[in-house]
Amino acid sequence: MLVLEKNEMTKEIEQLVNKYGFSRSSLLPILQDIQRKHKAVPDFAQQEVARLLDIHPVEVYSVVSFYSFFNTKQKGKNLVRLCQTITCDLAGKKSVARALEREIGIKFGETTKDNKITLEYVNCLGMCDQGPALLVNERVYSKVTPEKAVQILSEIK
Amino acid sequence: MKKIERKGEVIFSSYKRGEAIHKAISMKREDILFEIRESKLKGRGGAGFPTSTKWMLVSAAQADQKYIVCNADEGEPGTFKDRVLLLEYPELVFDGMVVAAYTIGAKNGIVYLRGEYEYMLNSLEGYLDEMRKDNLLGKNICGKEGFDFDIIIRLGSGAYVCGEETALIESLEGNRGEARNRPPYPVNTGFMGKPTTVNNVETFAVVSHIVIKGGEWYKKLGTDKSTGSKLFSVSGDCDKPGVYELPWGTKISELLEIVGAKNTKAVQVGGASGICIPKSQFDRTLAYEDATTGGSIMIFNEERDLLHVLKNFMEFFVEESCGQCTPCRIGNVKLLEGVEMIEKGKFTFHHINNLKELGKSMQVASKCGLGQSSPNPFISILENFREEIFNGNGGIHGK
Ligand SMILES: Cc1cc2nc3c(=O)[nH]c(=O)nc-3n(C[C@H](O)[C@H](O)[C@H](O)COP(=O)(O)O)c2cc1C
Ligand code: SF4
Ligand code: FES
Repeated sequence: MLVLEKNEMTKEIEQLVNKYGFSRSSLLPILQDIQRKHKAVPDFAQQEVARLLDIHPVEVYSVVSFYSFFNTKQKGKNLVRLCQTITCDLAGKKSVARALEREIGIKFGETTKDNKITLEYVNCLGMCDQGPALLVNERVYSKVTPEKAVQILSEIK
Repeated sequence: MKKIERKGEVIFSSYKRGEAIHKAISMKREDILFEIRESKLKGRGGAGFPTSTKWMLVSAAQADQKYIVCNADEGEPGTFKDRVLLLEYPELVFDGMVVAAYTIGAKNGIVYLRGEYEYMLNSLEGYLDEMRKDNLLGKNICGKEGFDFDIIIRLGSGAYVCGEETALIESLEGNRGEARNRPPYPVNTGFMGKPTTVNNVETFAVVSHIVIKGGEWYKKLGTDKSTGSKLFSVSGDCDKPGVYELPWGTKISELLEIVGAKNTKAVQVGGASGICIPKSQFDRTLAYEDATTGGSIMIFNEERDLLHVLKNFMEFFVEESCGQCTPCRIGNVKLLEGVEMIEKGKFTFHHINNLKELGKSMQVASKCGLGQSSPNPFISILENFREEIFNGNGGIHGK
């Protein structure tokens, strides 16, 4: 990370601590905001969060590593997550997954070279009455077919 | 989006925003507790603890701060009724939280919304703003001197175990979502060490109706031990998947009829951590005392391979175990390996029987509900469908 970027990050985290309050219980909201913006919680950000909340960096890392929505390695600009749980599975998850992999040439768990899209599986999204369900960033799509899934991807910027 | 809902007599009956709050502040706190005790309402999050008992304990606890937490972590596979309540009936849920706050004397409420539901956040925040404008939240609510209460929404970050109430509190406090030892219970030592009541989204929604119409009215529906009605999230092989409000005590066969399920082989009641019920037992009832569920009903028809279903469930638990205690961390991996052995035809009955025993040990030795219930599908599917799995068709899997 460049010094300039580091300063920028520090400033950002200071603002987040102000927004959510100087308290351990602000840790998750702060990390969530960092993750949303940077598509990762980088090492440096973890250290700064720890310093500014006055907790040990290991504590921050233990939280980051616990929750599946946080990651230290940068993900793509857009996160595409397909539900892998049983109702969606029986409703045709597999063919949707294959279509997605074919179309953008990566496997689940991977990110495209241009850093545009990361493909992942998630567990039940609470859309089981309308599966297969697909989450693109925060937006949820239901009754996804292979064709529809590819259509959705093509609309991603 | 085609939407299927069956409106029932309680939760989906007509309700005007703020109605329950106005009624509640005209009542004495003890009288509200009395009505809820009369209704015999039990928690709708799955565990079925009597709501009035929980509230009475928090209400009796001495502390300068108390908290109301709404558990909107809805992560049990096959459950989506809380999604429908929050999107379409937020007034019921939030009013129920305000009633709870008035009853137990809390000033702060927190909704723990699963990260996957972030798309609801703006509309829910907007709704809370509306409530503040109308003095349904804030200071001296509805003119009641000294009744101050507000609600914030906090997001989860993709961990099923955070639906367990003590793990949820850990997560709110900025920690890993690892379940705590109990006792002490959250009613004494909850969020920030203060008395806290954690209730499911649906529980709060029901409270709003009970306050208005009374406990006597509520318990006319349902069975003696399971009063009132319940929202069922129905998915899988049927014509009309969706959310259905039905009285407790409804037979599984009746439900299948209503949702248009044909050629049904099995019904998974209670989500991945529930039990799998075969056709021969479809006359069982949905109730706390029989086949109980936090709402999840998944239907599988004759064509479905239940070993595949079981594998999907066990993969879920291996992924979602918080890893804190050994029976659950290692046990679920062993059970999954067992399923894979059966799938490949490389198993001994001796080993499978040992795994069933292991499952029973997990049920008693695990620290929280996740590990205590994750062996349920393993045991019930291998028991109830052993003909199909081990002997069927000359042994599809019994090779
Ligand atoms: C692994 C696990 C996950 C749970 N997930 C939820 C959930 O998503 N929503 C919920 O309301 N309760 C969930 N519970 C139950 C809660 O621990 C708790 O009993 C419930 O929130 C209490 O509210 P109630 O009394 O209104 O049901 C879960 C329990 C376990 C063990
Ligand atoms: S039972 Fe499982 S989820 Fe619960 S505390 Fe133990 S390891 Fe964690
Ligand atoms: S199983 Fe996919 S949304 Fe529930």
